[in-house]
Amino acid sequence: MGGEVPAHPALRPFPRQTLFRFFITRFGMVVPTFFGVTVVAFFLIRLIPGDPIELLVGERGIAPERHAYLLKEFGYDRPLWQQYLGFVHNLLNGDFGTSIVSREPVLSEFLTLFPATIELSFMALFFALAIGLPVGILAAVRRGTVFDHTVMGISLTGYSMPIFWWGLLLIILFSGTLGWTPVSGRISVLYYIEPTTGFMLIDSLLIDEPGAFKSALRHLILPTIVLGTIPLAVIARQTRSAMLEVLGEDYIRTAHAKGLAPMRIIGIHALRNALIPVITTIGLQTGVLLAGAILTETIFAWPGVGNWLINSIYRRDYPSVQGGILLVACIVITVNLLVDLAYGLINPRIRHAGKS
Amino acid sequence: MTEDTVNGISAPPHPLREFWSYFSENRGAVAGLAVIVTIVLMAVFADFIAPYSPIEQYREHLLRPPFWEEGGSLAFPLGTDAVGRDMLSRLIHGARYSLLIGLIVVTLSLSTGIALGLVAAFLRGPVETLIMRAMDIMLALPSLLLAIVVVAILGPSLINAMFSLAIVYLPHYVRLTRASAIGEMSRDYVTASRVAGAGVARLMLITVLPNCAAPLIVQATLSFSSAILDAAALGFLGLGAQPPTPEWGTLLAEAREFVLRAWWVVTFPGLAILVTVLAFNLMGDGLRDALDPKLKR
Repeated sequence: MGGEVPAHPALRPFPRQTLFRFFITRFGMVVPTFFGVTVVAFFLIRLIPGDPIELLVGERGIAPERHAYLLKEFGYDRPLWQQYLGFVHNLLNGDFGTSIVSREPVLSEFLTLFPATIELSFMALFFALAIGLPVGILAAVRRGTVFDHTVMGISLTGYSMPIFWWGLLLIILFSGTLGWTPVSGRISVLYYIEPTTGFMLIDSLLIDEPGAFKSALRHLILPTIVLGTIPLAVIARQTRSAMLEVLGEDYIRTAHAKGLAPMRIIGIHALRNALIPVITTIGLQTGVLLAGAILTETIFAWPGVGNWLINSIYRRDYPSVQGGILLVACIVITVNLLVDLAYGLINPRIRHAGKS
Repeated sequence: MTEDTVNGISAPPHPLREFWSYFSENRGAVAGLAVIVTIVLMAVFADFIAPYSPIEQYREHLLRPPFWEEGGSLAFPLGTDAVGRDMLSRLIHGARYSLLIGLIVVTLSLSTGIALGLVAAFLRGPVETLIMRAMDIMLALPSLLLAIVVVAILGPSLINAMFSLAIVYLPHYVRLTRASAIGEMSRDYVTASRVAGAGVARLMLITVLPNCAAPLIVQATLSFSSAILDAAALGFLGLGAQPPTPEWGTLLAEAREFVLRAWWVVTFPGLAILVTVLAFNLMGDGLRDALDPKLKR
């Protein structure tokens, strides 16, 4: 009975190994997922009727002996598992295949177009955060008021929005009736922009032409709103519910009892803790943004990877589709990993949870 | 009704009655339910309600505006499209496709998901790892993108679009079923049933599954709305239902080139999608509040 009582888990000194172990575990979970995605991408394409050479030559047809030669030349006569290993080997060397249509490496095509998608996605996320966070906080603080109900009603509508229709509506209103914004593209054809960074807002500033930046910005407005709508709705709802949860905690009551200013309690004591689940939500929006980019870029003829991917599908350019989905999957996996790691860093409960 | 009161304590209300009292507290959910009932009736009786056939072309009435605009008439209350088809009739018939899509997609992915989730929960070990890892891989791709790729490979059609969406929603059901089944399996009533000699199939389907139903029902309602939305997106991209099918997303795809000339061919199909999806989301929220015991006061 005289032995020492073990300290409560929360009071034990923080073992330095834990964070490292958390990182390693989380990395370990990513590797099988990545290989799973390569398996899916490899075999999905094999489900299409016809072998790769037939797909390559298309409807022109090919002499049988030439066909057999090419099959051997490209290694398509080898067993599937050998082909798969070759595929993975190429991937690890940065070879994501070659487009049938343009004969360009898929990776370089993707990287050329990717900045346009990043620029649009960042603007959309910024738009969603700039409105969603304050509105969500305010709705939680004024719980049950008309403001709260209105915000929740609008955000559920936004969440249910068919964004391809939303884009067309905005075009009718702002480009058609009001004539305020351009219908499509990234910048007016009056300006020739040498891609330096690939980000139009930066490149248009670099060329030192007075109207270029303004034109690029005007082209961004509607696509940003369209792509940002669903993340905005999700972030507003998530912020509100996280804030509501935190505002009911004892330490908030303590802060009130100590006589702290309400702004300080909401802005510092509550918000810091409420932001933890919101950060996860923001991370999960990466997939939403990339899927939404396909629709948004199609509507506004935005020259990004979403537009490119859907056109590759229309053109039956299967190597591009295969490489494209692999690259998108890599991005989503990586971002989710980073979000998880950030979550572990800011929330000690998560990294301890793995042990119990 | 509550005559069997013993010592002044009334019997607990019937579960359905209790559920309804929670559900009807949420006005949004009731409104959503009302809209859904209306749309279902509209879809079932489309042949009687719609003034015209959805594919009949009236060549002398191309792109007529709705009746309240100049040039419109009550003969075509919501106007006509570019080949002279009545918009209202096409929208009413479109409700059939959207509800059918939701129903088939949810049934397919719900039943497969429950089966895989229960197998994972009961067998554990390598089978569970295999199933759950496969689901993780499917979750690594944005759902609409995965659906687009599956449709691109199978070929664009309504059937393939529904099939691909059913695949895409599968992981949510598998994860949900497995998690709640594992939670239930440690309860005493399951052990009691096991001791009483119940076989695995009975344990799975009769003992455990009904107690996992609440989250599954909520998820099913919510993916009903995602299915309608995503199928419309596929239709819009030309990868779902093909013209002249009056599916709402396909209507929008056909209307795209008239976006600056005839606002009504663009506005109404999208509004129909929005209202339907919103109604299902409202009802889903209400169901979650009514069924989730953690949120019950």
